[in-house]
Amino acid sequence: MTNRTNQPAEELHQELERVWGNQPGWRAGSAVNHTTVGLRFLVTGLGFFLVGGLLAMLVRTQLALPEQDIIGPELYNQLFTMHGTVMMFLFAIPVLEGAAMYLIPKMIGTRDLVFPRLSALGYYCYLFGGLIILSSLVLQIAPDAGWFMYTPLSNAEFSPGEGPDFWLLGITFVEISAISAGVELVVSILRTRANGMALNKMPIFCWYILAMALMIIFGFPPLILGSILLELERAAGWVFFDVAGGGDPLLWQHLFWLFGHPEVYIIFLPAAGIVSTLIPVFAQRPLVGYRWIVLAIIVMGFISFGLWVHHMFTVGIPQLALAFFSIASMLVAIPTAIQIFAWLATLWIGKVAFRLPMLWVCGFLMVFVAGGLTGVMLALVPFNWQVHDTHFVVAHMHYVLVGGMLFPLVAGFYYWLPHVSGRMPSDTLGRWGFWLFFGGFNMTFLLMHLTGLLGMPRRVYTYDAEMGWGWLNLLSSVGGFVMAIGVAVIILDITLHFRFGRKAECNPWNADTLEWATPMPASAYNFASLPDIDTRHPMWEHPDLPHTIEQGHHGLGEVMYERRDIFGSDAITGRVREVIHLPTNSWLPLQTAAVIAVVCVSLLVKAYTVALIALCGVLFFALRWSWHNGAHPVASPWREDDPVDPPLHSRTFDGPGLWGMVVSLMANGTLYVSLLFGWFYLWTAAPQWSMPAQAPISLWSLLASGTALVLAVVVYRRGVAQLRNGSDAPLQGALWLATGLGALHVGLLVWVLISAPLAPGDLAHDAVLTVMLYYLLLHGSLASILTALQALRVRIGYVSLRLPYEPVVVQPFWIYTLGVFWMSFAAFVVLPMVWGAG
Amino acid sequence: MSTLQPAGPSAQASAWLWWGMFAFFGFVLMALVLLWLHALRRDPGQVSDREAQRQQNRWVVGGGLILPILSISVVLVVGIALGQRMLALPLAEGEPLRIEVTAHQWWWEVRYPDTGVVLKDKLHIPAGQPVDLHLISKDVVHSFWVPRLAGKMDMFPGRTNVLRLEADVPGTYHGMCSEFCGVGHARMHFTVEAHTPAEFEAWLQQEQAND
Repeated sequence: MTNRTNQPAEELHQELERVWGNQPGWRAGSAVNHTTVGLRFLVTGLGFFLVGGLLAMLVRTQLALPEQDIIGPELYNQLFTMHGTVMMFLFAIPVLEGAAMYLIPKMIGTRDLVFPRLSALGYYCYLFGGLIILSSLVLQIAPDAGWFMYTPLSNAEFSPGEGPDFWLLGITFVEISAISAGVELVVSILRTRANGMALNKMPIFCWYILAMALMIIFGFPPLILGSILLELERAAGWVFFDVAGGGDPLLWQHLFWLFGHPEVYIIFLPAAGIVSTLIPVFAQRPLVGYRWIVLAIIVMGFISFGLWVHHMFTVGIPQLALAFFSIASMLVAIPTAIQIFAWLATLWIGKVAFRLPMLWVCGFLMVFVAGGLTGVMLALVPFNWQVHDTHFVVAHMHYVLVGGMLFPLVAGFYYWLPHVSGRMPSDTLGRWGFWLFFGGFNMTFLLMHLTGLLGMPRRVYTYDAEMGWGWLNLLSSVGGFVMAIGVAVIILDITLHFRFGRKAECNPWNADTLEWATPMPASAYNFASLPDIDTRHPMWEHPDLPHTIEQGHHGLGEVMYERRDIFGSDAITGRVREVIHLPTNSWLPLQTAAVIAVVCVSLLVKAYTVALIALCGVLFFALRWSWHNGAHPVASPWREDDPVDPPLHSRTFDGPGLWGMVVSLMANGTLYVSLLFGWFYLWTAAPQWSMPAQAPISLWSLLASGTALVLAVVVYRRGVAQLRNGSDAPLQGALWLATGLGALHVGLLVWVLISAPLAPGDLAHDAVLTVMLYYLLLHGSLASILTALQALRVRIGYVSLRLPYEPVVVQPFWIYTLGVFWMSFAAFVVLPMVWGAG
Repeated sequence: MSTLQPAGPSAQASAWLWWGMFAFFGFVLMALVLLWLHALRRDPGQVSDREAQRQQNRWVVGGGLILPILSISVVLVVGIALGQRMLALPLAEGEPLRIEVTAHQWWWEVRYPDTGVVLKDKLHIPAGQPVDLHLISKDVVHSFWVPRLAGKMDMFPGRTNVLRLEADVPGTYHGMCSEFCGVGHARMHFTVEAHTPAEFEAWLQQEQAND
């Protein structure tokens, strides 16, 4: 598939830059290009890293000597809570997301991620959410219940201030960016790869990111649900974690760690991906055991969801559970070891060029493996019972997090710096930075294992001199300062290189992956033409690729109608199937994020009317966003000479939008399953669980509502089926009818909600039922609104037989709503009835 | 307060596990780092694809599968066996002394149910015998920990957890709250006084008389 135009390369470049570039000056706020958004994530993440580091320095200063009073317990509790919160949520995940967003399209041979406005939305949600959370520190009302916010300490009774609300609302806001990045990366990796790049020819980094993105989809929703429930408990007095009334503080711990454990693998996998990418380049040979590593990644992704209780070994759970989670936690060492030894094997049979990035990779190996081994120790329950909640765990987690994420990240920075700036990084200053950081880190945290073994608990603002922990803490604090100096040197090094770095030649490290075929610094469009791929190492086997790409010899080597075009490909084989047209610069992401910020802040200050209005604003912007799609004049209006081989994605039945909808529903479904989990957990384990004598929900009204829903889905599906069969005449009618039935379903649900004597402030049973009803209401309403919009679009002509794309995308949402309704009916209404009767 | 100076069977088992794992894993870490450093320096010359495949299998299967599976099995077998002894299982004969501890923000309420004795921030126990602590919280989550004697157990509102404690010899043992519980967490200490059984009985009689 080659387009040989006669257009000179320079002219093609100018045209592509114009179409794909950002608007100048402050208008760059409308940018949706992945390079720009990815770099924004990186830079903002580094900013938050410095804040988190500063907080750590304050903590270490207070702990340096026994019985100090530089920082009292109230402020100290805010400092360590914010240190963890900032580092985990505002630095680690976003920085890795940013790196993935920057690199993935370049590695898979395309020009942008598949939902560019979603990327931009994610960035703004991250920025605004992060600033809201930080503002609490400035106002000295930061959350102070620890970064994992255990209840009852974090509930309204024991933390009456706004601190925890900043955490619950702010973090949920930031998580929009995580979920959106997750959806986008999954669909981009699966559906926009270069022609011929089958899954087994994909760079190993893409496998890591695919796993990370899927883990985000399944791992974040339990925390989102938990945060919503805790905020409802704090603000509205509903019972979820309070023992009186049937709640259980342990439910919070389960929901949190169901997220919390996958979270650390979400952080580790991309970093391991960086290591897997760099080692073959510096060993000058392909990675040993590609298939083993892919298997290890997949296994690790799955296992990591079955380990969460190892954070809760001391809560008093039964022996069988202890044994299961202990064994499972140790088993994850196996896929980890497979990767480590594959790397070792690659180095062993390669001839290693030892450059600065490799220094950081070595640091990673030593620090991360040490941390992993203390992790296996912690997985052993009898030992865990001694060192849980002591500084031994603090040492362990910093070894795995700093070793497993920060070291590879810096290695990656030095490696890809020439790609971003076009200049080579230094050597001398860089080495100073490494040794200062490496030495300082080990000084701080190696001895800390001993501090924990000698009995020092976590999260204490001071300690008595007689304990004998003074010298250890002093050394740790000094080490912290050395680390800080190391960080400063690295930042200085990277900053200076932008000015003084030697100009980089093409593919300066002689790497094998496609990102090095773009211009350096990267252009706005990555590739002037999109090449076919037949190997895992395109740059090693076709070193002239940068030239042929630039000359426009490959696919999509011309600009049509000022449109941002990329290829859409088959998920497994990578064969091109369609041309995907992408949106250009847009202010909608910024506008939407700003209105969400208003919702967040107004909930914080308890201005609920403002929040409601702002929520309507969010709906308005979101629907406007979905309106500017497909055949809308702003997007890609229908033209006589639209490409047909391959066709534009909005003229087909299977475009990226459908995939995006399905992946989003997977996240949504996980949230729902977490609610089910909470329901069954409280029912079986809450110390004072009680059900009202009379089931509060009217069975018949609910059944009527469910019937309306079934009919709506049947009608909708028939409309879409007829469209597939080549007929669009009945489509508009079917859509309006489905809308009406949906409205009836919603109306009946509202009736159920109003007429049910639910007391969510008294009984956990009622609180969970209320949440369930609102959840169903939300979905039924959204489905009906989206269908009404589709009917309108048919009327206007944006949706038709030759533009069938959109109704297909909405269909899974209806099916999901239907499934969730009947599952709720079974689990929340029928089962208690049957159980109670028995 | 050191876990490395155990004064009871539970803490002793934990300390053995620590030293064993430290020695074993320390060795593994050192060996791995040395191999890695050697791999960096090594110039392998020309390596055929078949040779590369052989090396791959050796490293990935030997190091990535066999090493961890063996290590984990050893650790688990030893660990689970030793861990069994720490549980509050029924004794061969008789019943352990029962003490109820209720955690508050930020102090410890200690109650001897048989005699009605109530103490604050202090426990008295007979040495050389198992004692079962029934732990509960009045407010937020706390955790009961005497490092020289045993592991820790969290304390929740609304549910009771049982921790078995035993001191080998009489002495004073320090304890601290080990679950972050607010501004007073760092100061929430207590002591455990272990007496010979005879002295313990005497103390108990004395306390009862004083009430």
